[in-house]
Amino acid sequence: MSRKELPEINAGSMADIAFLLLIFFLVTTTMDVDSGISRKLSEKPPEDYEPPIIKMKNILEININRNDQLLVEDELMEMKDVKQFTIDFLDNAGGVGKTDDNGPGRACDYCNGKKEDDSSDHPNKAIISVQSDRGTSYGMYITVQNELLSAYTELRNRYAKNHITGKYAGMSYDELLLLETKDNDPLKAVLKKIKEAYPQIISDAEPTK
Amino acid sequence: MSKFGKKKKGLPAVNTAALPDIVFMLLFFFMVTTTMRETDLLMTAPKLPNATEVKKLEHKSLVSTIYVGKAKPEDQAKFGSGDKIQLNDKLGTVNDIANFIYSEQEKHNPEEIPYMTTSIKSDIKCGVGTIHDIRIELRDINALKISYSTRKGDLGENIK
Repeated sequence: MSRKELPEINAGSMADIAFLLLIFFLVTTTMDVDSGISRKLSEKPPEDYEPPIIKMKNILEININRNDQLLVEDELMEMKDVKQFTIDFLDNAGGVGKTDDNGPGRACDYCNGKKEDDSSDHPNKAIISVQSDRGTSYGMYITVQNELLSAYTELRNRYAKNHITGKYAGMSYDELLLLETKDNDPLKAVLKKIKEAYPQIISDAEPTK
Repeated sequence: MSKFGKKKKGLPAVNTAALPDIVFMLLFFFMVTTTMRETDLLMTAPKLPNATEVKKLEHKSLVSTIYVGKAKPEDQAKFGSGDKIQLNDKLGTVNDIANFIYSEQEKHNPEEIPYMTTSIKSDIKCGVGTIHDIRIELRDINALKISYSTRKGDLGENIK
């Protein structure tokens, strides 16, 4: 008696079908993740809001005109010098910081600046104000923003390396950011501390017409 | 001797039974990672500025995108040659932004709304005035998280 086996289903073309689908998804896939310079806008002030009085020395004024020329503290400046100028301004530590929950403001004990009288008092008081023209190109605007952010990053990196103790000692801010995960509370506390040491205070003034 | 005589001639065929499995694995990978372009650009594709200090935008569903650029050359007679804004699949004006953001917010749970980000994809040649108008609109409706969409790259290309 001959045992008849069921004929096997020919699966040879399965690969072809899979390949077809694969190629379709290969072509339509886009791997690029949207990335950009993130910014939190200030809330709309109430109508009777009076802006607080800020000392001029705590404001770094940057103007960009419609020909994409740069004026920093009323002096023409090249893009390559902006970063160092910003660092010098933020890190100056000429006075005492803001009064907060920990009591009255203290002098910045982690700054490296020259302590000049006509520059900022403390990183948490230093404000950068960018005023552009309506005709300023967006590319120029983003380049300036990028320079300002890189100045902050450099200062934060330095602070993280020198003043963070414990598990995350000796690492830069950039490296710590890469480690950030959803629920890592000790790391979050460290990042918060670094951000508070050099808070980003960048304001966009109403553009000139 | 007959035992050895049975040996077949020629190379045995390579077993390809596992090939579909490999291909399917790749297929699933690409199926999961793929994102279809949902909106057709009605304007010339904006040339995004380059930057180095960038943050990745996570949670794609919480991001609403505003495109800023010039109308396509063939449409410029109809729309004019100034900076144009595209919201979803139609060109709009700054005044339409509030409605656009509200309709985006309606798709999400109320507790997610504070995490929603507006990504501005603007051409490097656009004026900051347009960007500022968008910012004012977003501020007025309390959509405060924004992101200026950029690419990683050389800053020198931003100014030309």
